[in-house]
Amino acid sequence: MDDLPGCLSRRDVLIASAGTAAMTAVDGAEAAGPALPPTMARVALEVNGKSHTVDVDTRTSLLDLLRERLQLTGTKKGCDHGQCGACTVLLDGRRINSCLTLAVMHPGAKVTTIEGLGTPARMHPLQAAFVAHDGYQCGYCTPGQICSAVGMLDELKQGMPSHVTADLAAKPLLSAEELRERMSGNICRCGAYSNIAEAITRVAGGAA
Amino acid sequence: MKAFSFERARTPAEAAAAVAQRPDARFIAGGTNLLDLMKLQIEAPTHLVDVNALGLDRIEATRDGGLRIGALVRNSDLAADAAVKRDYPVLSRALLAGASGQLRNRATTAGNLLQRTRCAYFYDTAQPCNKRRPGSGCSAIGGVSRSLAVIGGSPACIATHPSDMAVAMRVLDAEVETVAPDGQTRRIPIADFHKLPGDTPHVEHGLAHGELITSVLLPPPVAGVHVYRKVRDRASYAFALVSVAGILQRDGTGRLAFGGMAPKPWRVEAAEPALGQGLRAFFGQAFASAKPTDDNAFKLPLAERTLAGVLQAAKGAS
Repeated sequence: MDDLPGCLSRRDVLIASAGTAAMTAVDGAEAAGPALPPTMARVALEVNGKSHTVDVDTRTSLLDLLRERLQLTGTKKGCDHGQCGACTVLLDGRRINSCLTLAVMHPGAKVTTIEGLGTPARMHPLQAAFVAHDGYQCGYCTPGQICSAVGMLDELKQGMPSHVTADLAAKPLLSAEELRERMSGNICRCGAYSNIAEAITRVAGGAA
Repeated sequence: MKAFSFERARTPAEAAAAVAQRPDARFIAGGTNLLDLMKLQIEAPTHLVDVNALGLDRIEATRDGGLRIGALVRNSDLAADAAVKRDYPVLSRALLAGASGQLRNRATTAGNLLQRTRCAYFYDTAQPCNKRRPGSGCSAIGGVSRSLAVIGGSPACIATHPSDMAVAMRVLDAEVETVAPDGQTRRIPIADFHKLPGDTPHVEHGLAHGELITSVLLPPPVAGVHVYRKVRDRASYAFALVSVAGILQRDGTGRLAFGGMAPKPWRVEAAEPALGQGLRAFFGQAFASAKPTDDNAFKLPLAERTLAGVLQAAKGAS
């Protein structure tokens, strides 16, 4: 493209818009103080039974560590704000949102992702049940749904109550109402909920 | 997210001192609220002090017959604790009404008290917000204010406190125990813990910079029917429009606190004796200073009707 007098070249426009973006970002930063250069830290943890030692930018979420550094892309990034549940993994056996925790907060932790639950040849019972009951459409929320269901069934086994548990003193059973409440942190944009509920119920051995 | 340095504290005093040394340092425990805000650059600490290894994760009986809840006890563990379920069921119920299973597994007792408002204008960094940027103005007043405060707000801010747990803590007369950077400890009654906005809505509590919550203390159990009822736009995993925490007696008296109505859990002890004269008398006193907007005026009748449901349920259970 020729640079004509009085006209902005494409390159000039790009430079100008980059400047605007930078100014917007500065204006949007609410806390005062100079920006720090990235800080690196070493974290050693176990993922799916395998030990890893990784140098990460302190800002790295556990989710980004799994996906970007360990290439375990089964765990999905949906909202990145703890609202959708697509990033659900098991941390020391308990389900959490891996997007809302930092990798550096978990030295020595044991993380289980969808890849660690089963393989295509040897599926976890919940993976097999999701296939059998067609518990998905696009599949993006599925790894989070399955990891969440594993954690949820363990919580139920431990007798942990939920919002819909009528009697806090009694051992909760997996009714349809309990299942819906306990899985409410996992959103399925395709709306495959009825089949997801069937798959989990099959594995739990209850009646939904 | 802005870059930050990171350290893991080994003792509460060390953690307090580490944060006190730097004006832009923050504690991080569960991280479920702080990291969300950091991603949006609403919070931009330059240093994080991880308090997860401090051992403040136990629930113990106190000598006076109450309960000491470590600051790091996760919301799911607190809700499922045998003593809490038996003696303080209003607290279990409030915790279980909040967030999702995944979030409750990380979110901590102290972090829940310190979580920040979900006012949409606080979250939108393109809009003025006195809480986020003091002196910039309030976009919520005159904006979309359906979910915001009907009482306790000010011309500078009408944000609500989002916690369910804190509403139950208020009705239980909990105390917040802290350690300061100089090693001094103190106890703050939950009634005084959260601040109303006035003309400083960015000041949400009275903790000094570097002062660390170490535990929350519950007095001996209060007999009566414990109820927590939450009304929200979805059946699960949503913040309260209105919630009611109550400990109610057979004779119709009791303690009541409200969530979703104010910048802090709303309890008016002086109005509680009026419960004997009926719901109307109590509610009129407890919300006498309400200043709702056109958008959120519905919360007053909604709260009154929710309370009617709570009183009825308590009568049936006692």
